[in-house]
This record gives sequence, C-alpha cells and structure tokens, in this order.
Amino acid sequence: MFLQQLINGIALGSTYALIALGYTMVYGIITLINFAHGEIFMVGAFVGLLLVSVLKLNIFLAMAGSMAFCMIMGVVIEFIAYRPLRKSSRLSALISAIGVSIFLSSLAMMVFGANAKGFPSEAFPARQLHIGNADISTLQLLIIGVSALLMLALEFIVQKTKIGKAMRATSEDYNTAALMGINVNFVISFTFALGSALAAAGGVLVGLLFNSVSFNMGLMAGLKAFAAAVLGGIGSIPGAMLGGLLLGVAEVFGVAIGYSSYRDAIAFAILVLVLLVRPTGLLGRKILKKV
Amino acid sequence: MLTVDNLSVYYGAIRALHQVSCRVDQGEIVALIGANGAGKTTILTTISGIVSSSTGSIAFEGEDITRMPAHQIVTKGISQVPEGRRVFARMSVQENLEMGGFILSNKQEIKQGIERAFTLFPRLAERRKQAARTLSGGEQQMLAMGRALMSNPRLLLLDEPSMGLAPMLVEKIFEIIVEINKTGTTIMLVEQNASMALSIAHRAYVLETGEVVLSGSASDLASNPEVRKAYLGE
Repeated sequence: MFLQQLINGIALGSTYALIALGYTMVYGIITLINFAHGEIFMVGAFVGLLLVSVLKLNIFLAMAGSMAFCMIMGVVIEFIAYRPLRKSSRLSALISAIGVSIFLSSLAMMVFGANAKGFPSEAFPARQLHIGNADISTLQLLIIGVSALLMLALEFIVQKTKIGKAMRATSEDYNTAALMGINVNFVISFTFALGSALAAAGGVLVGLLFNSVSFNMGLMAGLKAFAAAVLGGIGSIPGAMLGGLLLGVAEVFGVAIGYSSYRDAIAFAILVLVLLVRPTGLLGRKILKKV
Repeated sequence: MLTVDNLSVYYGAIRALHQVSCRVDQGEIVALIGANGAGKTTILTTISGIVSSSTGSIAFEGEDITRMPAHQIVTKGISQVPEGRRVFARMSVQENLEMGGFILSNKQEIKQGIERAFTLFPRLAERRKQAARTLSGGEQQMLAMGRALMSNPRLLLLDEPSMGLAPMLVEKIFEIIVEINKTGTTIMLVEQNASMALSIAHRAYVLETGEVVLSGSASDLASNPEVRKAYLGE
C-alpha cells in the first residue's frame, strides 16, 4: 500500500516537476512568473494528442513533436508578450503573462471545444505489474522514466554546456553577462524554449495519465507546479525537481488517508505554509538586493 | 583608438553625463578621476553598451559603436572589469574565466587564456574549483580582471579596481595593471583613489557632476594645485 502510493505520488510529482522547472528557470533569468506556462503545458498535451490520433505517430515521436512545437511557441510568446516589457515594471509583464494565458486557453476552447478529449487506448497500452502487493502501471514507469531522463538532460545542459553556463551567468547578473559577450536575449529565448519543451512533455504525460486533455487543464496544473517551484525555492532548478516530487507525493498521500475532497487544496496549503515559514523555499537562496 | 565625442547620458530625468569628450590612444593608461557621482562609471558602462547615450558618439578603432549591443562590443576588442567586481558568485573560478572567454570559439584558446590568468594571478589557480563567492575581496578583483582579459581585449576598462581593498593589495593590483598595459593592452581606468590612478596613468580626465573639467598628462594633473586640493587630500 505504501509502495503503491509512493509510486503514484512520484509519477504525479514528476509531471509537476517538469512544469515547475519552466517557472523556475524563467524566474531565475528575468524574475517573471510566467503565468502562461500552464497553458503551454496544455497546448503541449493537445499537440501530442493530435500527433497520436491524426498523424498516428507513436507516443515518443508525438512527445518529441509536441516539445518542438512548444519550444517555438514559448520563444514566440516571450518575443511578443514579454520582451517589449523587459524594461517596464514587473507588474506589466505579469499582467501580459496572464493575458497570454487567457488567450491560449480561450483559443484552445474554440479550436478543440469545451469537452475533454482522451488519448486513444493504443497510444500507450499500459500493463499492470504486480510488485509485492503493489500494482504499478507501466504508464507510471514511463512517466517516471521520461521525466528523470529529461531532468538529467536539463541538468547536463545547465551545468556542462556553454549555453547552460551562460544561462547561469545571466541569471546571476544580467548586465555582467552581457559584458562577457553573452547575447542575453538569445539566452532568454533559449530558456523559454527549454522550459516550454519540458512543459510540453509534461502535458503529454499528464494527458496519458488521466486520459484527459482539455482546454482548462493548464490552470490547475500550472498553479500546482508554481506551488512546487516556490516550495523548492523559486529560481532553483534542483528545488523545482524536489518541490514537484514532494508535492505529488503529499497530494497522493493526502488523498490516500481520506482527504480526497481536499486534493487540490493540499498543494496550496503547502504553498501558503512555505511562504509563511520559509519564503526562500527548501533550496532557494536569499536574494540579496543589488545596489 | 577610442574616441568619445560629446556624450550625454540621462537616467530618466537625471543627467549623468553632459557633453563629455575624451579619447584613449593605443598603448596608454588613461585615468578618469572625480568624486562619487561625477559620472565616471557611466562613461564606462556607456562605452560597453550597457547604458545608452542620448546624444554623442563613441568610436573604437574608427568604427562607430554608439548603438552597438553590449555583447557585440566585446567582440570588437573592448572588455570591462565592472565596479564592485561582479563575479558570478555561484559559479566556480574556472567557470567565471570560461564566461570571460565566451566569445572565443576555440577550446584551445580558452584553455590558454585560463592558464594565462593563472600565471598572472596564481591565487586563482589554487581556488579553481571554488565558487567565486568564497573568495576574498582581493581574489574576486583578480578574478574579475582575469575574466575580462579572457576575451583578449585591446582595450580594458577598469572600474574602481581599488574599491574595498587593503592598501597593500591596492598596490599589488596596480602593479598588475601596469604589467597588463606593458604587454600591449590599452587601459582606461576609473578611480576614486586619484593618487594611485595618477601614479600609473599617462593621461587623465577630471570629472565633476557629469562634465570633464580638467584634462592633461597625469604628471601635470598631479601637480595642479586644484587637483591636489580636491582629490589628493592637500
């Protein structure tokens, strides 16, 4: 029972972590909470669904296609909705983000209708594995495996590659990064591309997990992932991974011990608690005001 | 080499620079001295492209760089050690140097640059893997200078290299500046420590409230009674 719920929690938590990474990376670089991020996740789910059901692609190709699509979309959103406001107040960009979020979910409702759609059952024929007395679906293993792989890839990019180091430099000190010859605009676009790709993968995985894709799925998932990013310490990449996993596990265990009607409240209760007790999050750093 | 012509810069409604003209010739050390808030730092950040000017022009080796974005100016051969050092605190010493060499595409060239920085500042070699925030102020200054030299600049802009350092360390840093200059790098130096700056500079400009009020050879300025009274503490 415990193992069962733990696996359920980790599977759900990995999807939160995938989305939370986008929030935290964008915040780390331009201190903006990208409230359209949940909608990128939603679009990712729809694109994956279309590729599977219309083009009959297998689930991995569909996921890759959806990631590529959302990468471009994330870059375009930044270019149109945030870049012109880079030098304005943070609030203007935040309002712009909320605008993009409403635009995308309304657009999805017009295009795909208000009813939830499901992945065809042959998209990923999940089997149940019996390990001890736990029932684990191969779909859960897929979710955990793909998420782990993507997070390892991200960690490699950020720690070891030239562009990843430029991302870290830019997130520490925007102007000084420019003085190094780093094209900070490119770094910002790249960050949006990375975050959006992870959200798209999360969208496809969540679509499979709940067998439901709908125009408003980005709202709750986005808010919970945001809570996860804050829990881990906004701006911190390992923090987003940890926060996502903890939140998923907490939610599943909360439901398991009988608080199923509070399912969505659990994440936000944790968010409020973190903000009260430890506003920098588990792995976040104190932000020193630059003079 | 560098010609700044009639440069004016505003921060919102506040005038930071008013029709500043100055030049730096190949091989020189040129100092900008003046009180806090006189606009010294603004000149450097405008040359580097971080701040944009409202009027005036900046030309480097005959090319107009007034409106060029900061990251391209580095590729032209200008590099800056910013005020307060601004090392990337959470990145290692090695990674900081790699960032300084961001415009280099050749791995071998980056490696050579890092070795050169370690020869110039052996302390950095010992701390290669450490996060920059764990370094002392003097070590951070060395790192910021080593980082700026990574891109093989022909013109090095130094903003307050003596800030917050113990007098002995200041001497050491200035010795290294002279050494860097002797290997062929032209230097433009902003300093509040006017006596140190004038002791190594060839020429200098004195700034007051955003305007150049005096200029000349460093030795002339060092013996100018007004300069001695206002900036050399006599």
